[in-house]
Amino acid sequence: MGETLDRDLETIRALVRRSANELVRVPGAAVPGVLAPTIFFLGLTSVFGSLTLLPGFTTDSYASFMIPVSMLQGAGFTGAAMGVNLARDIELGLFDRFLASPAPRWVLLTGLVISAAIRSIIPATFVFAIALIVGAHFPGPAGLIIAYLCVMGTATIAACWSAVIALKFKTQSASPLMQTVMLAAVLCTTAYAPQELLTGWLATVAEYNPFTQVVDATRQGFVGGVSWAGTWPAIVVIAALTVLLGFLALRGMRRTAY
Amino acid sequence: MRTLAVVVELGRRSVRQTFRRPQLIAPLLIIPTLLLAVQSAGAGRAVDLPGFPPVESFFDFLLAGAMIQSALLAGNSGGIALAIDIEMGFTDRLLAAPIPRFAIVAGRLAGTAAMGMVTAIWFLALGLIFGVTIEEGVLGALLMILLVTLSALAFGTLGAALALRSGSASVVQGTFPLVFVILFLSTAFFPDDLLLEPAQTIAQVNPLSFIVTAVRDPVISVFSGPELLEGLAGIVLVGGVGLTLCSMALRRRLRMG
Repeated sequence: MGETLDRDLETIRALVRRSANELVRVPGAAVPGVLAPTIFFLGLTSVFGSLTLLPGFTTDSYASFMIPVSMLQGAGFTGAAMGVNLARDIELGLFDRFLASPAPRWVLLTGLVISAAIRSIIPATFVFAIALIVGAHFPGPAGLIIAYLCVMGTATIAACWSAVIALKFKTQSASPLMQTVMLAAVLCTTAYAPQELLTGWLATVAEYNPFTQVVDATRQGFVGGVSWAGTWPAIVVIAALTVLLGFLALRGMRRTAY
Repeated sequence: MRTLAVVVELGRRSVRQTFRRPQLIAPLLIIPTLLLAVQSAGAGRAVDLPGFPPVESFFDFLLAGAMIQSALLAGNSGGIALAIDIEMGFTDRLLAAPIPRFAIVAGRLAGTAAMGMVTAIWFLALGLIFGVTIEEGVLGALLMILLVTLSALAFGTLGAALALRSGSASVVQGTFPLVFVILFLSTAFFPDDLLLEPAQTIAQVNPLSFIVTAVRDPVISVFSGPELLEGLAGIVLVGGVGLTLCSMALRRRLRMG
């Protein structure tokens, strides 16, 4: 039992190292995941910054309000990028060799997911540093830890979702589906304004979208204080979506012939 | 006449290619539609801000921005498709064929313009479904379609120039985020009086702001000659720069073999 677990952990470590190697060998691969959320953060802050003048807006700093969304957006893109890499491995036949190896399916998926979670720290840190430069509030140690945990959780969900899509369609052409769904999941929340100021369909969707809990938990330290009541719903959402999408990804692997 | 037939055929191929590749069509329609839907509802109360132009809803204001965003992305997608043709050797075969060289680029641009028209119709339909009133009626709608089509053509020249210069789809793809930089630094999503600095100053001189305003005019106010002329001037400026760059890049590519 112990020996099997050691072997599985070693396989996971090897898959994480493989992902890290890509960053070292092709540093440009990380650029889109960093650039897109940074551009969106700076752009949306410049464009919609005046919204803080509306009565009922919860902060006078739109940069502080928007930064959690951009950090989660970066995590979503990073997770989706792992799915694109998986689709590439499937296209090249490399994944067939992984499936033919003695490594259990869950080990292959875990290696992928942990790689995404770790890599999501890069865009989050970059955009967080930019946000501090342009005047966003520092969230405090507790707020920062919660924000990074939510970022890594979102990357985990995105990696599982992208793995489901990659295993279903087996082509990199499906990448818009991986990225767009994650973008929509993060944006169809209280991303642009507090719940009370949302209008139309988004007011209803944001109320029921589980990602709203993740956005609000990530935002805690940046806008207002940190509380357990504001944190636990995000933990439940991340855990539930990881289990559900992880199960679907594993089912996709079982159905993949080699 | 024969040259026109070549341009039309290459344009047709370009449109078919865009519809067949999800990674080319998705950014044109899905991303601008998603942002239009989310921003119009997420920042819908912006119309209550002092200084916001009188509009029925924020959706009315954003519609032109979404159309021009889509036209910009059509230009980018056209560039990516041309670069793929270069990578796959298809352009080399066209260069060896007895057709004028400019027809190769013109065919691609015709396809890009056609995609611009498709997206303009898509967003107009969306707008009408979700209650937008085109103040200038059918003529205003036709003018919007024309302006968006010409804009896609103009932005397509920039994408084509980059494709011809680099010959690499990933390089052209890499400029995708720049589309959003240009958009955020214009009045595509918000009136310039309410933008924060330095975006406000840049937006006041960004040709894209003039183009968006010309497209938006028939929706939120009455027809205005000066704004239409400024929009057309913006399109001519972008297209002129793009065509010059295209010509230089094509000549360089032919010289280098």
